[in-house]
Amino acid sequence: MKTFAKLFALALLVGVLRPAAADINVFACEPEWGALTHELAGDKADVYTATNPFQDPHHIQARPSLISKLRRADLMVCTGAQLEIGWMPQLLLQSGNDKIQKGRPGHFEAASHVKLLEVPDTVNRALGDIHPDGNPHIQTDPRNIGEVAKALTARLEEVDPANASYYAARGADFMKRWDAAIARWQQEAKPLHGVRVVVHHDGWAYLFNWLGIQKAGALEAKPGVPPSAGHLAELKQELAGNPAKMVVHAAYQDDRADRWLSAQTGIPAVKLAFTVGGTPGAGDLFGLYQDTIDRMLKALKK
Amino acid sequence: MKHKALLLAAACAVPTLAAAAGSNAFNPDIALVLSGTYSDLQHNPDTYKIPGFPLAADSGPGARGFSLGESELAIYSNIDPDWYGMFTFSMHGDGTADVENAFVQTTGLGNGLTVKAGRFFSGIGYLNEQHSHTWDFVDMPLAYEVFLGSQLKDDGVQVRWVAPTDTFTELGGEWMNGSNFPAGGSGNNGRGAYSAFIHFGGDVGYSNSWGAGLSYLGTKSVDRTTCTDAGCTISNHLESFTGNTKLLIADFIWKWAPNGNIYDQNLKFQAEYLQNRNDGQFTPAGAAAALPYSGTANGWYVQAAYQFVHGWRVGLRHGQLHADNPGAAFANTTLDTKGHTPTRDSIMVDYTNSEFSRIRLQFNHDNAGPVTDNQWYVQYIMSLGAHPAHIF
Repeated sequence: MKTFAKLFALALLVGVLRPAAADINVFACEPEWGALTHELAGDKADVYTATNPFQDPHHIQARPSLISKLRRADLMVCTGAQLEIGWMPQLLLQSGNDKIQKGRPGHFEAASHVKLLEVPDTVNRALGDIHPDGNPHIQTDPRNIGEVAKALTARLEEVDPANASYYAARGADFMKRWDAAIARWQQEAKPLHGVRVVVHHDGWAYLFNWLGIQKAGALEAKPGVPPSAGHLAELKQELAGNPAKMVVHAAYQDDRADRWLSAQTGIPAVKLAFTVGGTPGAGDLFGLYQDTIDRMLKALKK
Repeated sequence: MKHKALLLAAACAVPTLAAAAGSNAFNPDIALVLSGTYSDLQHNPDTYKIPGFPLAADSGPGARGFSLGESELAIYSNIDPDWYGMFTFSMHGDGTADVENAFVQTTGLGNGLTVKAGRFFSGIGYLNEQHSHTWDFVDMPLAYEVFLGSQLKDDGVQVRWVAPTDTFTELGGEWMNGSNFPAGGSGNNGRGAYSAFIHFGGDVGYSNSWGAGLSYLGTKSVDRTTCTDAGCTISNHLESFTGNTKLLIADFIWKWAPNGNIYDQNLKFQAEYLQNRNDGQFTPAGAAAALPYSGTANGWYVQAAYQFVHGWRVGLRHGQLHADNPGAAFANTTLDTKGHTPTRDSIMVDYTNSEFSRIRLQFNHDNAGPVTDNQWYVQYIMSLGAHPAHIF
């Protein structure tokens, strides 16, 4: 009976503590960083992704469930550049977790490892929801993923030194496949060079910079301010004089304004994954760029 | 040499280093909330009473006409890798200002543990910790007004621990001066209030999330006075209470947003139940001797705020109070319920132009007092500068 009680207590304890099979817990803010951590750390890391591809990463609430996850994290992988300013600071404060606080090895911000575009000269809220550090949507250029992958590999080695050689080997393997994929995508995407494209939100600066695509306008007159009828009419007028080939939006965005513009101007409205999982083809990081390029090439032929 | 050149090239390739230069780069974040209210109250707010409930000093529906509401200036920052600090200066409707929050908080303890010291809003209940600019209505529910003097803040120490569980579980406790209602006087040598609370929370799918909690507050009062008349100028119009107050709070909150996107549509439902027990000595106004007094009162509210399209929300709230009838000895004191059940129903509509600006219209059908008061409010809440992330 006593043995049974002991066993029962042990079972309870194990049930409560549930030691994870993986060596470290990772809290990823967006799906692209969850996917990248998974590529680099394999089954050594238990990765929790805080947002799904159909959520707007600007507007997430500091929910209790997220505090719980962050409390147990050994490493936090987020975009930074103030993308998560509306929720991460509160989660960090409430988590009671010292490992992932700013300045600690467990605090990883991807945007600090790449060159940011569209850094504003002046910052004023009258200009809409702008990001003073620059455009934070860095994941639309695979070369940024490569830079972040290198930095993240080093960070994994620092946070979990016992598995350092494992991360180093996985990181090197990933970079080899990644560089080859980038070369292939650049070849495939050549027809997109110089093409004029309208964007819904200013989330594509890095993709356009990479492939030499020209931004022909944005449905949001100011970042984060929903498309207004007046602005759309103006945009339609502009496009009549200098046409674009397509209008693109992220999977998480409401596409009503895109469809309106498409119907008015005859250019196709294209939904792009924006992050891993946003479209059926974007199942992993490799799929994300392949699917993005495929969809734009298909729209170009229309 | 070649090595040096490489290093230099690497340093130049890091672009974000550029801006941070002068010593003012370490200035803390500054957030200013400008808030103002226009109130149209049917009855003179100076005579506001709720039979059965001794109210805190500045309770009531606020001033008539234009007032600055709860404009506040917050300054906050990490102090070093292990500490965070926040200071909030708040302007009140009557033109006075006070230090609303001034606390330091640990970030480096780990293991789910956080310690806070200074002046802060108590972590009890759900609404108590929310700053006024995040409220869904102009005012606090009736139960918070009568049992906590709207919102309990005090000087003290708070300890919180987040358990390593999938379901959010947080235990907390506070030890405070007891300088604010429902404590009063210098009860217990500056150790007049204690609290303990547990909060739970989680998600149901991507679209729903919830929170629930149980809180306890124990306070001591020594000659806590309540005015029985407008102006509070005549000394024999003061009642006083010496004894213990125990408050229990159960809170529940449910939030819905399609796939977790709050931008276009969302719904927030919340309900809290507060039970208050007083044990001690009560001295009616003008009386020579104190009367032994024990009484239990409770109050609750339910409210919902629904954003049906980006920018626009409607909210409904019902609040109600119940108090024991203390008996004939307490006739015509503030504890005399006069057989009245105080209620208040509220409806609000607000428009949010951006995350930083909101305008609200609210109507209260206030049956808290012996006569019905119809109250109209128009309020603006605007944020300038940095904007701290909101709690859930």
